[in-house]
Amino acid sequence: MGLALLVVIWLITFISTYFFIAKTWWLPAGVSAAAAGIDRQFAFTYVVMGVVFVLAQCSLGYFVWKYRDRGKAAKAEYSHGNTNLEVVWTVLTAILFVGLNLMGSRIWAAERFEPAGDGALKVEVTGMQFAWYFRYTGPDGKFGLTSPKLMDPSSGSEAAIGLDTSDPAAKDDVVTGTMFLPVNRQVDLTLRAVDVIHSFFVPNFRFKQDAVPGLAIHMHFTPNEIGDYEIACAELCGLGHYKMHGMVKVVSQEDFDKWLTAREAEKQ
Amino acid sequence: MADGTGGGETIMATSEIAHAHAAPQGFIRKYVFSLDHKIIGIQYFFLALTAVWVGMILSLLMRIHLIWPDANLPLIGHIQPETYLSLLTMHGTIMVFFVLTTAPQGGFGNYFLPIQIGAPDMAFPVLNMLSFWTTFVAFVVMIAAFFVTGGAPLHGWTGYPPLSAIQSTGPGEGLGADLWITSIAIFCAASLMGALNFITTTLDLRAKGMSLMRMPLTVWSWFITAILGLLAFGVLLSAGILLLMDRNLGTSFYIPLVVVNGQVMGHRGGSPLLWQHLFWFFGHPEVYIAILPGMGVASQLLSTFSRKPIFGYRAMVYAMLAIGFLGFMVWGHHMFMSGMSPWSAFAFSILTMCIGVPSAIKTFNWLGTLWRGNVRLYTPMLFAIGFVSLFVSGGLSGPFLAQPTLDIPLHDTYFVVGHFHLIMGVAAIFGIFAATYYWVPKMFGRMMNETLGKLHFWFTFIGTYAIFMPMHYLGMAGHPRRYSQLTEVAYLHPLIPLQRFISIAAFITIGAQVIFVLNLFWSIFRGPKASDNPWEATTLEWSTSTPPPHDNFGGHTPVVHNGPYEYGVPGADRDFVMQADPAISPHPAH
Repeated sequence: MGLALLVVIWLITFISTYFFIAKTWWLPAGVSAAAAGIDRQFAFTYVVMGVVFVLAQCSLGYFVWKYRDRGKAAKAEYSHGNTNLEVVWTVLTAILFVGLNLMGSRIWAAERFEPAGDGALKVEVTGMQFAWYFRYTGPDGKFGLTSPKLMDPSSGSEAAIGLDTSDPAAKDDVVTGTMFLPVNRQVDLTLRAVDVIHSFFVPNFRFKQDAVPGLAIHMHFTPNEIGDYEIACAELCGLGHYKMHGMVKVVSQEDFDKWLTAREAEKQ
Repeated sequence: MADGTGGGETIMATSEIAHAHAAPQGFIRKYVFSLDHKIIGIQYFFLALTAVWVGMILSLLMRIHLIWPDANLPLIGHIQPETYLSLLTMHGTIMVFFVLTTAPQGGFGNYFLPIQIGAPDMAFPVLNMLSFWTTFVAFVVMIAAFFVTGGAPLHGWTGYPPLSAIQSTGPGEGLGADLWITSIAIFCAASLMGALNFITTTLDLRAKGMSLMRMPLTVWSWFITAILGLLAFGVLLSAGILLLMDRNLGTSFYIPLVVVNGQVMGHRGGSPLLWQHLFWFFGHPEVYIAILPGMGVASQLLSTFSRKPIFGYRAMVYAMLAIGFLGFMVWGHHMFMSGMSPWSAFAFSILTMCIGVPSAIKTFNWLGTLWRGNVRLYTPMLFAIGFVSLFVSGGLSGPFLAQPTLDIPLHDTYFVVGHFHLIMGVAAIFGIFAATYYWVPKMFGRMMNETLGKLHFWFTFIGTYAIFMPMHYLGMAGHPRRYSQLTEVAYLHPLIPLQRFISIAAFITIGAQVIFVLNLFWSIFRGPKASDNPWEATTLEWSTSTPPPHDNFGGHTPVVHNGPYEYGVPGADRDFVMQADPAISPHPAH
């Protein structure tokens, strides 16, 4: 029985670890400025935790087998512990865990303590059951007014978020169901939700933020590779949560400008 | 056995006047509305056993739906996406409240805390009875949510408003959601009564010689759990009442101006984040309410079956106290992505990492207890070893989620589902299984079948790893949790084979639980008779007869002379010295 436990615990340990090391399933390709740092911190945390995991599980399996009751009059060692050992591993764990935390916090600070830079592209994201809408300011650089009374989800786009067309600043606002972003330009995101909490999750950007009714949450990120990326809702928002899905198209600045101009023209 | 010195008798005489009650005669007073903590413990145990089957069958349906979304099931028919969310909500709620909180604390704590400290009963027997029957009512109200119009709520066990606060946000958010909150509120009241009773009993009813530092680690774990319960459930109760008011009286504690399906609702100025703060102020300590008794049981069993004193008894006590204390200051780590201030995320993160330290101490000391022991691999010990393994595996994914930076990709994905199922789900369940195999002989006077027990262990141990380890991989690949169908988001398609593997592992593991139930009921009625101390253990429950008499010690009171884990004492005539045995002299190594 002791041997069986040793074999099973070791097998579970090595098989689990194999899939991590082989990266059979891993973080998707990171295509934002912050992704590399987050991935490095993830990999480092993984190595540290992986070593502790393998050591702890292997010793557990080994001790169970090595010190199994062999039926003879073998007596266990009479010991209530070892204070020095305990102090050593307590201090080591404390240093390890707090150190790991401080390393990662630099990335967090860069992402969330500072507002977006001056040249950032303003985009407002609105979540509602069960769709995402994206609003661009148009040439005036300002978002126009919206009103809850004007919201009409069945009409989509501008009407869905209740854009108040009597406001001059709203006239050139563009609202879409697919997010277009120029590559290598910082995005100054404003997140809103009209009904329940949603969460704007783009795995490739290593970006996630809840959109909360009553709050306008400001975030920023910089996509750095042209391509199409999926948005998934990451906060349970009702029966259609699984299909609250959208796309981000990261294009060149030139293509982005062309697209925006075309959308402006459509509105007129 | 106790040598009954005069002082001990005097002290116990006082408490007996206050708490003793004559053994009841009629069936109703004896087995239904019983004041005996042992019967109440068994009632809690069977309530949890019923609840765990309900919760497990819900998870079975979820796993079937995920891989065969078009399946037409007998009785239930076709599972709709909203039905899936109801299953998920009820699975989580039933498991957390009626299994993980009820079995280890209400069940085994109730039965064994008084005996292990040498008390004739709980401090407040009537309150104890009330707390069980209140829990029972809460369970009935919870189950009723399935049968009302619209069915059970779909807002998840965390019930975030506005989804949980407005009826028109989805099916199940009508009467079903009201019943759900009402049930939780009733449960909170019951748990508060229980917590008061546990704390008072531990502080006031210890036998002579049972100093705090001689209490078994199980008693420490129940005591600390009760303190956590006392401080946490009151907050959830208040939060739940506010939510009921938002739903039914038009208040706006949690709801700002919202537009649901194009309709402007009447609420103004509330904060969805307020609920999250209140809920997690309860919710994080709740994790420890579920797992601390498991830690106590694992410590007790590792020492008993290694025939060796627990490694670092005092460190184990301080570690549990530290976990309990820090557990109240880390709730914000559930909210890194919520819109909460990023600066407070920083503070919550550091405090969360600090919890890793006492958790690591416990793991080291469990390994230290096995080291150079004489390990007897009976079924309860297998589950205790399984507990340690699962605690390590589930614990080590914690430092990923505790870092806000890494929580960005991992929050609300299957990584979290894998993490908390390993640590607060399955590890805690292994604690319950270990306790069951260990204490059923004392509770029912019959030994459980070892062969069936071992079979149950192997299926469950390998099965749970096969279910929950792959969930970490899903999470890393960005698979959000609570998705009823995997077809809409393209990057989930390659993950479907892994989901299929998890489902199959779940079917096998769930099937293996039949072995446990058969073994339990067969053993209770037909198992070989258990002796008073079948495991050659040291704590007071093994000093009394099997099963214990109505007043626990048959009219006399034990006096404690030794620490709880005196195994392999040099010079002793057998390899264990019980707590009520004459003192080991001189007392070594403390």
